[in-house]
Amino acid sequence: MDVLLFLIFAAIAVGCALNLVLQTHPISSALSLIGVMGSLAVLYLLLGGEFLAAVQLIVYAGAIMVLFVFVIMLLNAGGEKKPSKKVLRTAVALPLLFTLAGVAAYVLASQAPRTETVKFGAYVAGPYEVGKALFTTWLLPFEVTSILILIAILGAVVLARKEI
Amino acid sequence: MPDLAQLLAAEVPLSWYLILSVILFVIGAAGFLIRRNIITVFMCIELMLNAVNLSFIAFSHKLKMVDGHIYSFFVMVVAAAEAAVGLAIILTVFKNRETLEIDEVSSLKL
Repeated sequence: MDVLLFLIFAAIAVGCALNLVLQTHPISSALSLIGVMGSLAVLYLLLGGEFLAAVQLIVYAGAIMVLFVFVIMLLNAGGEKKPSKKVLRTAVALPLLFTLAGVAAYVLASQAPRTETVKFGAYVAGPYEVGKALFTTWLLPFEVTSILILIAILGAVVLARKEI
Repeated sequence: MPDLAQLLAAEVPLSWYLILSVILFVIGAAGFLIRRNIITVFMCIELMLNAVNLSFIAFSHKLKMVDGHIYSFFVMVVAAAEAAVGLAIILTVFKNRETLEIDEVSSLKL
């Protein structure tokens, strides 16, 4: 069952990611990205990340993507019309990227031990485990994060003013 | 049907998750390079962050440690802050230049 679920949702994630890159209209890309995030949330559940799966859906697929869709609607962003002028850049970058993917996948497949498998339920990190680690071992980074968010809010407010 | 029963009972190798993470990361990087709409480029960055999160959580499962989840959580927080500031910058660029094409926003280029 694990293999079946993994294959289904990995296929959905890769398909949606390809659709994200190939679509020219940003709203289609945004919907594809929501598909990727939803299927990744299921994969997190298979890996025992109960809390992270919920956060992925609420924060990523919910809040951040709503922000993206708001901006796309607000700017009335349309599809790309002219063909790209950067042909050389694309012609060099894409083969290099696919080489990177091929080499990384080969190394991972050949080096990872065959016996190392993911068993559903063998390790579960729910809200209790994550919260306990977050508020004991990782308390200082957590507090620093709140300052980061405060600065981000101030930055967004300053950038969105009329005068700039 | 022994084959189907075998397939249903089989467990997923850890390397499959890591290879999926690599594939998603490379698709995101390719989109970052070939797309010219500034919002789509931004979404490709989010895709790359998600791909890295997947490998963090896969390793967390392997090592039976919660640290990978905490890292992913911080990545999500930083992504949220980045999205807020980045989209505010996109709004300002559009207000000043009336364009979303990254090729036309090149004042910082030498």
